[in-house]
Amino acid sequence: MTVRLIRSIVGLALTSAILAVIMYRLNSPLAAVFELSVCSGLISVIFVTTVSFTQRISNEKLAIRRKERLLRFWYLPIILIAAGVLLSQHLLVPHFSWPVLEPAKELDVRNVLWNARHLDLIGQVVMLLAGALGVVVLFKEPKK
Amino acid sequence: MSQSLMQMFGLFSIFVILLMITGIYCMLVSFNLIRIIIGFEILVKAATLLIISAGYICGRTALAQSIVITLIVIEIVVMVVAGGVALWAFRHNKNIDPRDLGNLKG
Repeated sequence: MTVRLIRSIVGLALTSAILAVIMYRLNSPLAAVFELSVCSGLISVIFVTTVSFTQRISNEKLAIRRKERLLRFWYLPIILIAAGVLLSQHLLVPHFSWPVLEPAKELDVRNVLWNARHLDLIGQVVMLLAGALGVVVLFKEPKK
Repeated sequence: MSQSLMQMFGLFSIFVILLMITGIYCMLVSFNLIRIIIGFEILVKAATLLIISAGYICGRTALAQSIVITLIVIEIVVMVVAGGVALWAFRHNKNIDPRDLGNLKG
């Protein structure tokens, strides 16, 4: 099970790397750098650390869970794929009218981040503090 | 807005939908807490791709980048806390099955 989890984590890191390339191609280099370094690097490290602290379950339990997983929500992939196909066809019909937007005046990302969206920065700081507090609480040794 | 841009946005929308389907399926079907977090992460990737492609289509890549940077910061905090919860659950239950998370209260 651990090997399969590591494979999942590597797949997620590859997805992040591909998304970073797409971002770079779509004129968003700063976000691409963040995606590649943080999402593809740091999150993979966090996941691998978490997996290394846990243990694999026994083969008997694994077989039971695999059977349960197949029986549970067996209809879900059919519904989701059908919904995806329907939505895709709706988006690709030729007579579908998209709203006509005026080309916006492009600003530098630094101006947008520090001037127009400075409340987001405050929110980011609050989130980071909340995350740090959460980690401290989670890893606190219980009193004996 | 040109037709080629619209076609490109339609193509990206299909990939966004596929990523969302994958993430939702991963979150609903798996009994492993780490896989559920990975499913959530795939959903965030779908949202990121949608924001970036919409910003490119509208010519507001700077705004899209700033929103994506905020999203990445929130994502990393959620991931760290979720990883901590998974470790906490393993310490108490000796497994990371989300059905056993009810034992963590108190």
